[in-house]
Amino acid sequence: MFGAGGGTSSYREIEETDLIIMWGWGSNAREAHPIFFHHVLKGVHNGARMFAVDPRRTSSAAWADVWLGIDVGSDIALANAVGREIIHHGLQNQEFIDEATEGFEEYAAGVEKYTLEKAEEITGVPAEAIRQLAHEYANADTAQLCWTLGITEHHNATDNVLALINLSLLTGHVGRYGSGLVPVRGQNNVQGGGDMGALPNKLPGFQDVEDSEKRARFEAVWGAEVPSKAGKHISLMHEAMDDGDLTALYIIGENPLQSEADSTEMLRRLTNLDFLVVQDIFLTATAELADVVLPAAGWGETEGTFTSSERRVQRVRRAVDPPGEAHDDIAILSAVARAMGYPWVTPTAEEAWDEMRQLSPLHGGMTYARLEESGGLQWPCPDEDHPGSLFLHGRLWERPIASRRAPFHAVEDDPPVDTLTEEYPIRLTTGRRLDSFNTGVQSGRYSSPRRIPGVLDLSPEDGASIGVFEGDRVTVTSRRGSLEAPVRFDRSLRPGLAFMSVHFPDDVDVNVLTLDAWDPKSGTASGSSLWFLPDGPPRSPRSSHRRGAVGC
Amino acid sequence: MTMTEREISTITAQVNGEVVEVPDGSTILDACRQAGLDLPTLCYGPTMTAANACRVCVVELEGSRTLVPSCSRKLEEGMDIRTGTERAEHSRRLVMELLGSASELDRSGDQLDSWIEDAGAEPSRFGPKAATVAAQPKIEDDLYVRDYGRCILCYRCVDACGVEHQNTFAITVAGRGFEAHISTEFDVALPDSACVYCGNCIAVCPTGALVGKVEFDMREDDTWDESRQGVTRTVCAYCGVGCNLDLHTQDGKIVNVTSPHDHDVTLGNLCIKGRFGWSYVSSAGDV
Amino acid sequence: MDLRALLDRPTDAERLAVDDLLGPSEEFNGRVAYGGHEARARRQLLLPALHACQDAVGSISRGALGYISERLTVPPAELYGVATFYSLFNTDEARGTTVHVCDDIVCSQYGAKGLLQTLEGSELSWEASPCLGQCERAPAVMFHSPGEGYGNAAPVDSDTVGNVVFDELPHGVVHQDQSQLRLLRRIGRIDPTSLEAYRGSGGYQTLTRAIELGPDGVISALDESGLKGRGGAAFPIGIKWRGVADAPGPDKYVIANGDESEPGTFKDRLLMEGDPFAVIEAMTIYGFATGSTKGYIYVRGEYPTAEKRLRDAIVMASEAGLLGTRVANAGFDFDLEVRRGAGAYICGEETALFASIEGYRGEPRQKPPFPTQHGVFGRPTGINNIETLLAALEVIEGGAGEFARVGTEQSTGPKLFCVSGAVEKPGVFEVPFGTTLGEILALAGGVRGGRGLGAVLLGGAAGVFVDFSFLDMPLTFEDTREAGATLGSGAVIVFDENCDFGPVLRRIARFFEEESCGQCVPCRIGTVRQSEALARLNDGETLGTVADELERLDDLARVMTDASICGLGQTAASAIQSAIRLQLRGAPA
Repeated sequence: MFGAGGGTSSYREIEETDLIIMWGWGSNAREAHPIFFHHVLKGVHNGARMFAVDPRRTSSAAWADVWLGIDVGSDIALANAVGREIIHHGLQNQEFIDEATEGFEEYAAGVEKYTLEKAEEITGVPAEAIRQLAHEYANADTAQLCWTLGITEHHNATDNVLALINLSLLTGHVGRYGSGLVPVRGQNNVQGGGDMGALPNKLPGFQDVEDSEKRARFEAVWGAEVPSKAGKHISLMHEAMDDGDLTALYIIGENPLQSEADSTEMLRRLTNLDFLVVQDIFLTATAELADVVLPAAGWGETEGTFTSSERRVQRVRRAVDPPGEAHDDIAILSAVARAMGYPWVTPTAEEAWDEMRQLSPLHGGMTYARLEESGGLQWPCPDEDHPGSLFLHGRLWERPIASRRAPFHAVEDDPPVDTLTEEYPIRLTTGRRLDSFNTGVQSGRYSSPRRIPGVLDLSPEDGASIGVFEGDRVTVTSRRGSLEAPVRFDRSLRPGLAFMSVHFPDDVDVNVLTLDAWDPKSGTASGSSLWFLPDGPPRSPRSSHRRGAVGC
Repeated sequence: MTMTEREISTITAQVNGEVVEVPDGSTILDACRQAGLDLPTLCYGPTMTAANACRVCVVELEGSRTLVPSCSRKLEEGMDIRTGTERAEHSRRLVMELLGSASELDRSGDQLDSWIEDAGAEPSRFGPKAATVAAQPKIEDDLYVRDYGRCILCYRCVDACGVEHQNTFAITVAGRGFEAHISTEFDVALPDSACVYCGNCIAVCPTGALVGKVEFDMREDDTWDESRQGVTRTVCAYCGVGCNLDLHTQDGKIVNVTSPHDHDVTLGNLCIKGRFGWSYVSSAGDV
Repeated sequence: MDLRALLDRPTDAERLAVDDLLGPSEEFNGRVAYGGHEARARRQLLLPALHACQDAVGSISRGALGYISERLTVPPAELYGVATFYSLFNTDEARGTTVHVCDDIVCSQYGAKGLLQTLEGSELSWEASPCLGQCERAPAVMFHSPGEGYGNAAPVDSDTVGNVVFDELPHGVVHQDQSQLRLLRRIGRIDPTSLEAYRGSGGYQTLTRAIELGPDGVISALDESGLKGRGGAAFPIGIKWRGVADAPGPDKYVIANGDESEPGTFKDRLLMEGDPFAVIEAMTIYGFATGSTKGYIYVRGEYPTAEKRLRDAIVMASEAGLLGTRVANAGFDFDLEVRRGAGAYICGEETALFASIEGYRGEPRQKPPFPTQHGVFGRPTGINNIETLLAALEVIEGGAGEFARVGTEQSTGPKLFCVSGAVEKPGVFEVPFGTTLGEILALAGGVRGGRGLGAVLLGGAAGVFVDFSFLDMPLTFEDTREAGATLGSGAVIVFDENCDFGPVLRRIARFFEEESCGQCVPCRIGTVRQSEALARLNDGETLGTVADELERLDDLARVMTDASICGLGQTAASAIQSAIRLQLRGAPA
């Protein structure tokens, strides 16, 4: 946000804030980020009001004072209407806007057409609830706007985030203790990966690859030339694979065959490659396609750091030996480098970290010793006397503002690429469940009493109108493919909305259905799509009815 | 940026004749600990509001008709506290005798053993026919065992499942008096309850009444040996919240996962994945 | 609160009962839902909702529990914990008419055992019950029929115990001459169902007087009167009321504690049944004086008549503009609500009573903080028992000086005593503080059948036994304290010279065992160990010598008294220890 990619706040702030907005679909913090939700609930018990914006009335939304059941993909229309309502009632923080932001006029003009009525039409949420959200957000002393995967795994992910950032700028709910923007990360170290430069356009510490001055510092320390152009993000890589420009792929710790949208396409791409290397702790479905598989040591078997959603860098340690021939990633990469003729000595995790610290000002003060002692430090932490940063962008409250103003970005509603038609009448969203994780490579290996296998969650009303019962197997078809799955009724779904988890690709590969329409700004794929239940003969209740609904 | 700093006012009181000064809002227990006294506690957990149920931490407070629980009574200016009076020691001994006479305490840890010994408590003095809470362990899934014959009804699991941490409210205290017990609704099996298997109840159970299945089985097989166990602090491998985990290993295998109670992200809590989703690590691996 | 629906659905009758209380449920509209803080605040309707189901169908079924859970967004386990705390809620199979037979201290002396034997062979379902508060006409029973409600009958015998009746019992008999009475003066003389009759007897003039005095004037009068609480703790009422009045607003509450459950105590029942408008008028003044706009009257579940009288009276008072907004055309608002207990002695303890109103298990909380700071819903709360409230009414009506002239310097005003057991004329007696125990017994006609006195249990199960040597003891707070006795609740249970106290003591021990909330160890386990020791002594199967058992009992008494959270545990050994000290016949020795 405004440069560095990280949540602006700390978990503890949400315990003391006045208003919490959980904004996001397809993901449900209560289940996907349970311990983060503990902090949310502390806030709620301390008196914070809570709004939840989600097509499903999830177990997170069940805690909200107001739940807004928007249509999938209508987040921007909702956010813009909230912005317009705030402006029309003069509730914006004009001092903050004047002193710390730019582009307000364009933004105000841009949201003008998003009246409450129009937003109601686009989002399906009653205008009154939108009005309430706008007024409470604007009037709160402190407010935390949180989102999870739902907002970002979407074809216009970046615009979604910008629409929310706009709201925080409008109200001054950023850069202060208790007020901020909180994207909760889906993977243990997705934050750290980005921090470390595992992005096509960034060097460690969010330093631009195309900035020659920055590059020069890295080249001096690394003794090697750094490519001067940004690389391709994943969706562009897909395109390059399709175009035959990208013919060799080295995948570390990912299972794209099962985790990426539109898996039929993905299989074709991977098998068309000239050369595929997969480095992983398991022989995943993707690894089975590889020319070379490098067995890696996994979590619990290696040293290093993870960075959490509150920008907290924490130590990760080795507790047990890796099995068989497996080695940690640093050792494998060093060995590959040596095999390529570079005289790399395998560094320890700490040595690699210390080298990075020299180059990334955000991490400069984070020695292993300090990380150990403090239970983790939050970046920016530029030097060894710095205590780390609870929240970002405090600079926006300096008067006069000493650095760059925060820009508004007018963004437009952009409905889902897949439209609902008579032929494809039901909207599918995908997401996680409590006890499982991504494609189930790790989480599938423990016995969970809460496991809900690959099923199609439907509203009981849709079940009735289609003529299916719980437990019936149905064929689910989207414009891209079809699969079979048993039906499960979920009362948190409204008619016209369905849900599937992504955890059981071997049984029910939901990404066969989903659309690989990607966001041109961040390269995140859209997880939503349409699907259709074929008109099969209605099944008899006797043979298929199992038992009553199981809530979640 | 800096953290919000508050002026911290202090309170002065006497513990066993010694003057102690502690921050406003401290409990008598905090003051006693500052004075270097180790008072026994069972229902009190550092990450939770004191349940105030076991009464093993009672002390004498000048001017109070009854003894007061040090864990939950806030310190007030000028209080005169005595921890070692005959009356306080008598109650502490009796509480331990009562607990030991009703519940199996042999997996409650060395600390309780030493408290019982120090207090000179004899739980057997109520005779072999004394009513107990003895019950068969409930084994309803592969993750938990609920061995309520060891339960002392300290309320910690209920509070952890409820408003203190998890807010799932899958378990409650049902019934009353000596019949009071930890239960789901209508005592349905845990898999049929609202339980989300976070294990945050296990994390706060002081007596081993709630325990992970792996540990329970190893204890039953007599292979659980804490003297051979190491603990490694790391961060959970699942979502991006950054929960700290302590991996307990024995003979090169992970045998248990806990979270540090003093880490502000988790306060000792985890979700089902963090606490139980580690079996892939010790598996031989497919690669 | 991860609400996980129970698979069972409610029956139509259950749904109707709950909807009747909570209104029809809203359909899930898929687009917007309101919940959160406001929904969770409805938890305080939990006991009323459980009552609604219990009343309608005779049990709290899985389906009913699930439906209430859904309606109030209270997780089912929590609800189950609450339902199983209260003995009048049945979470087992629904039963037809159930007879609750009092076999407590008094009724067990007067035929309760025979009743239980009769019922054993009948088709009716039955339960032994702790004291039903009908001790002046022992033995007593309470009926409950699904769809019909509750009814009391007393006295009953083996022939009549099966005759289920829901007629209201006549008021307890007031034996004294009208000229001696203040608190009891309307009982049995003024129609308790008529606001007109109440006004005709001077009712509501005191409210007018209170409004003239203003809140501060009311509280000053209470200070001057020396009035102390009649519930057992003898706390100065002026200080309590001022504590609430001075607490920062706006949300404050006043509560009338009508959960009179101490065995041998029935005076508050008499007042609530026989003079309900006086209770309401006193509460209105309480609200006015303390700046509280909401009051509750918590009536024990075993007092259906009292509950009905109060509910009806509130409706009439509201219609007459004496409750609600701008009470009596004066500048204050006050609403009053009756809450019904559900069979839990512990809920007479004020913090347990708060928990019960809030929809929780009736478990006492640690004090401090005290109710005037942190009471029901965490807000400043004034709570007094019924007799105290009526005494406060007397202070305002007759003036502080007049009130203080009655009684002694430290125990001012009139006091009610509930005399039951082996006397000729059991009943409630109103006397000035300072009247001796002997004089009270004389008022009640002396020991029944002209027999000699065995002992008197003062203050009920939580009280102490005294013998003939205490007959000249003036019944005041100060004199009883000095004598190592207590006034407690005002119960005076009389036993004659032939009484075997062994069974009495074992029943008292069982009472505490059954009524312990179970929260703290000294009480939860101590009360059981106390019962076990008494049983062993009775059976001649002592562990070690009798002296060892007495030492064990003494140890238990000490830990319960010293280390229990609340008064229940702290007094659970009091009567038994006093019987041992007095060497009563049949007491362990």
